[in-house]
Amino acid sequence: MIANLAQLAAEETEQNPLLPAGPELLIGTIAFAIVFFFFWKKLLPNINKVLEERRAAIEGGIEEADAMKVEAQSVLEQYKAQLAEARHEAARLRQEAQEQGAALIAEMRAEGQRQREEIVAAGHAQIDADRKAAASALRQDVGKLATDLAGKLVGESLEDHARQSRVIDRFLDELEEKAEATR
Amino acid sequence: MSDNGCGFPAPGLQSFLFKPLATVGGFEFNKVMLLALVTTVLVIAFFWAAFGKAKVVPGKLQMVGEAGYDFVRRGIVYETLGKREGEKYVPFMVSLFFFIWIMNIWSVIPLAQFPVASVIAFPMVLAAIVYITWVALTFKKHGFVGFFKNVTGYDKSLGAVLPLVMVIEFFSNLLVRPFTHAVRLFANMFAGHLMLVMFTVASWYLLNSWLVVGAGVSFVMTIAMILFELFVQAVQAYVFVLLACSYIQGALAEHH
Repeated sequence: MIANLAQLAAEETEQNPLLPAGPELLIGTIAFAIVFFFFWKKLLPNINKVLEERRAAIEGGIEEADAMKVEAQSVLEQYKAQLAEARHEAARLRQEAQEQGAALIAEMRAEGQRQREEIVAAGHAQIDADRKAAASALRQDVGKLATDLAGKLVGESLEDHARQSRVIDRFLDELEEKAEATR
Repeated sequence: MSDNGCGFPAPGLQSFLFKPLATVGGFEFNKVMLLALVTTVLVIAFFWAAFGKAKVVPGKLQMVGEAGYDFVRRGIVYETLGKREGEKYVPFMVSLFFFIWIMNIWSVIPLAQFPVASVIAFPMVLAAIVYITWVALTFKKHGFVGFFKNVTGYDKSLGAVLPLVMVIEFFSNLLVRPFTHAVRLFANMFAGHLMLVMFTVASWYLLNSWLVVGAGVSFVMTIAMILFELFVQAVQAYVFVLLACSYIQGALAEHH
């Protein structure tokens, strides 16, 4: 091999490594052109399609997840709204019940008051009537007893009715005045 | 070196010459061309296996292919040209990157052991394709006058030095740049291959000489250089594509 190289060197001492040989230029061009053609027309479109599909698949997954998140969010909002509404409704009902109860109590209290007053008034009226009846009965009885007693004492019947009632009245008025004075 | 009579066959330009493997009608088909074509087959075979029946849930091979594809697409094209403008150039840049990388890797593959890009014709072809794309895009985007403004870095605010800047920019962009674009890749691979050959040949040579210990050192250096070359091969493929993207970005850029 070394001998070969030496022989070659002896044969072509005048070569310039910066001057290209025609056949090599041609082969180089063809070799590169083939590589470029395959990459350009077949291989890179192939892989680009797949890369695009992969990107779409990944993005699709992400989009799906996003959509689900949005849906979950909206459902949550809905639940929250419903819950708030229910709470509001409950509060409203409670308030209403309270108001109704208060009104009922006030009404009943007023009714009770009224009834009590009625009863008390009726009692008072009854007492007044009884007292009046008792007073008039007493007046008659006392007058009769007094005149009877006086008649027995005087010995003469105080038959003159007018005089009799005048005397009685005077006596009773005196009694009342005494009572008034002691009160 | 070999002149002092020790007999060490120092590697030189002859390492980059190959006898034709076959001659078809005056067309000499050599090892480098074979490696270039095998590169094409390998790159297409790998990505066909990875992307041919691509699935949404990728297999191992597809995952590796996607990682490589994504590295060029996001790491280089989107970074320089942006997603919207850059998408159109992704197939071109992906092809460039993997074609160059595999061409370089041949440097350390047993039996092949030759980086295709260390033959100037191959980087030159690729740089020329980038150059033509760049020129065409600049014309299309800026028109005839705009093309010259773009290429010469025309900027009125420069004042008196403007003519000088324009001349320099014109040469730099239109003549020097494609040359350096190709030679950067070529020279890295050329030098790397030379180093590998040097240490490999030295290991063998020293093993048969009185300095046997030197053979061990040289062999360790060979391994170290192989690892270093693996790194340089990837970096040079990356740099080539990155520069291609930045040239195209310059073509698409608005006026100052």
